[in-house]
Amino acid sequence: MSKNLVGNHIRRLRFDHDEMTQQQLADKVGVTRQTIVALEKGNYSPSLELAFRIALAFNLSLEEVFFYGDSTKE
Amino acid sequence: MTYQEKKSIVSLITAILIFGSYCAYMFPKAPEGADSTESFHYWGSFVIILTLVSIAAHILISIIFNIAFRITTGEKEPAFADELDKLINLKATRNSFFVFVLGFLAAMGALVNDQSSQVMFVILIAGGFISDVTGSITKLYHYRKGV
Repeated sequence: MSKNLVGNHIRRLRFDHDEMTQQQLADKVGVTRQTIVALEKGNYSPSLELAFRIALAFNLSLEEVFFYGDSTKE
Repeated sequence: MTYQEKKSIVSLITAILIFGSYCAYMFPKAPEGADSTESFHYWGSFVIILTLVSIAAHILISIIFNIAFRITTGEKEPAFADELDKLINLKATRNSFFVFVLGFLAAMGALVNDQSSQVMFVILIAGGFISDVTGSITKLYHYRKGV
């Protein structure tokens, strides 16, 4: 299966936020840890609602957490 | 490997073992005469008992699996299904339903081709089993490869 075109910086952002664990982020946004794992691997594009909740968890805008396409081209 | 991946594998193995052992136990008891009242009674009870046994075994094995998961990993199993789980469940149900409908049509096709009711029931039951396996494989695939 091809990777999703919606990428994210969740792994880096967790690290920047006092090395927040996947479970802590999952609890904050109301999903299971496995979903955070899938998001970080690029195996899943979240719903708009979940994307906003994750951005809010980091106190950032949606664009600062998620991007469309290859981030290396930015 | 995540909890859901392990659970999909356990579910798949459980389905195969239950169906295999149940068939090995029940098929030798199949009545000789095709299309008799006794034959319909046999196949009716075959399906009902298989359904009940499968449900009971799945619940029991799910409980045992959760206990084993907690002991071996020290982690608690997810208490709820989030949007990813629901999406994967929907895809698994869709594929499972599609396979079951194919099995159902094949079973009806057997009747159209003047096969005995036994053949029809065997195809119908096999279709049900393959649809169950398809659902588990779909879940495993999407949990591993993504959605």
